[in-house]
Amino acid sequence: MAANPALVTPVPLDAERVRRDFPILGTHVNGHPLVYLDSAASSQRPWSVIRAVEAYETHSHANVHRGVHALSQAATAAFEGARERVRRFINARSVREVIFVRGTTEAINLVAQSYARPRFKPGDEILISALEHHADIVPWQLICEQTGAVLKVAPINRRGELEFEEYLKLLSPRTRLVGVAHVSNALGTVLPVKRIIEAAHAVGAVVLVDGAQAVPHTAVDVAALGADFYAFSAHKLYGPTGIGVLYGREELLQAMPPWQGGGDMILTVSFEKSTWNELPYKFEAGTPNISGAVGLAAAIDYVEALGLPAIAAHEERLLRKATAALLQMPDIELIGTAAHKAAVLSFTMKDVHPHDLGTILDAEGVAVRTGHHCAMPVMTFFGIPATARASFACYNTDADVEALVAALKRAREVFH
Amino acid sequence: MDLKDLYRDVILDHNKRPRNFGTLEGTPARADGHNPLCGDRLTVTLHLDGDRIEDIRFEGKGCAISTASASLMTEAVKGKDRAAVQTLFGQVHDLLTREDAAAPAELGKLAALSGVREFPARVKCASLCWHTLNAALAEGAATVSTE
Repeated sequence: MAANPALVTPVPLDAERVRRDFPILGTHVNGHPLVYLDSAASSQRPWSVIRAVEAYETHSHANVHRGVHALSQAATAAFEGARERVRRFINARSVREVIFVRGTTEAINLVAQSYARPRFKPGDEILISALEHHADIVPWQLICEQTGAVLKVAPINRRGELEFEEYLKLLSPRTRLVGVAHVSNALGTVLPVKRIIEAAHAVGAVVLVDGAQAVPHTAVDVAALGADFYAFSAHKLYGPTGIGVLYGREELLQAMPPWQGGGDMILTVSFEKSTWNELPYKFEAGTPNISGAVGLAAAIDYVEALGLPAIAAHEERLLRKATAALLQMPDIELIGTAAHKAAVLSFTMKDVHPHDLGTILDAEGVAVRTGHHCAMPVMTFFGIPATARASFACYNTDADVEALVAALKRAREVFH
Repeated sequence: MDLKDLYRDVILDHNKRPRNFGTLEGTPARADGHNPLCGDRLTVTLHLDGDRIEDIRFEGKGCAISTASASLMTEAVKGKDRAAVQTLFGQVHDLLTREDAAAPAELGKLAALSGVREFPARVKCASLCWHTLNAALAEGAATVSTE
């Protein structure tokens, strides 16, 4: 059993040692050592992930669940081993609840098309928060068009926190599904998902949690949260792109029809009628991303060896340091100042468009994300077209924060 | 890669004090441009006298490259006919994208945009206004997009 992270003081992370695990961090960009502050868009991979994928491709690859030959068995063992690794990581009851998908976006679309679309009727309501990524907005808009359901949005305040009382008021027996981010990608706000889920369950709604920005920073226990669906991507967790996970409660997944048809998701096929394979394969048509799953399992091993509480404490310290430094700069405005945040610092600089800021920072070797962060409604709420966003990971250091501050001063010189 | 090549004084000046900024009165030809990547939006309105751009304004919110490029464009095309605008657009396009492009003399202040080609991610910022102008000249009511 996992120890309660609240009761354990994590051993501080040695970020200099961690950095040596990530070969790309030795890169130079525009004549400067790379300062990578864009892990919320995609994190980098440690050697252990790169080597696990390479070892799989070198020694174990064949198609899964198909052949009786040795390599097919090795590939199947690696792929199903990865599924069990994910199950332990999120504390799902069974591997039948762990569906491999391309990423968070596909996971949400799967739930929308397979859970919501066949069930929802005109007047049913889908409730999301105003902080959602486009991936947790647009699939529900499609469902509303397809079923006549209505999309409701729980508002946020000027700090970028969910207005919990307003959320409660929007819940009703008409609410069929609540879709909510665990951590906001644009602002870093940590949402009170456990309370959100409890309130939704009280009116009979199911809850999908978009965990893309949460799993790299906090230990997620889907059973303790009570989530009905929980989605995340490997590539924000130091793993490969093109692989992610949909966790779903088994009773719900059992009752859902397949989403895509093809090989591996069937038991029998005839031209009259086909029958579906059992969970989780019912939702995994076609040859899956086997090496991606292997890489994801290696990434989970990596973060658990460092310890998520230690990673979170390290990132929290960097976030505080960067926040304090930017508050000293009178022409910087922080966007998103929630009391509870994870690893994201979104901001604007007076009279300098975020895209110009991004270019100037890049010329100094500092990689940040600039733009609307696939959260246009959040930008609209704050009355801005875009922000610059620095995000922190286990491999960032105090020197990275100092490089960010120096590059921002350089931007002010260019736009004097 | 030198930031001073991108953010030349002409660019910074037109960003800070954009020329021909606003919307024309009356019933001008008009088009909206949108760069979904960065959220830049701008509107071009113009009055034609026959084939000639008699007056032109732009309005919008964008980065320094997009604002300065639009401001420089309005100055450059005012008084020109469609054919001359197309020639100029071709020259600007070459300037923004071709390694070997020398700036022809008729580009005038638009030559300040030559630094953009060292920053491929920013080419669309500079070209959005030209696509929008083309749409306005074609009386295209739809929003043009860089994507």
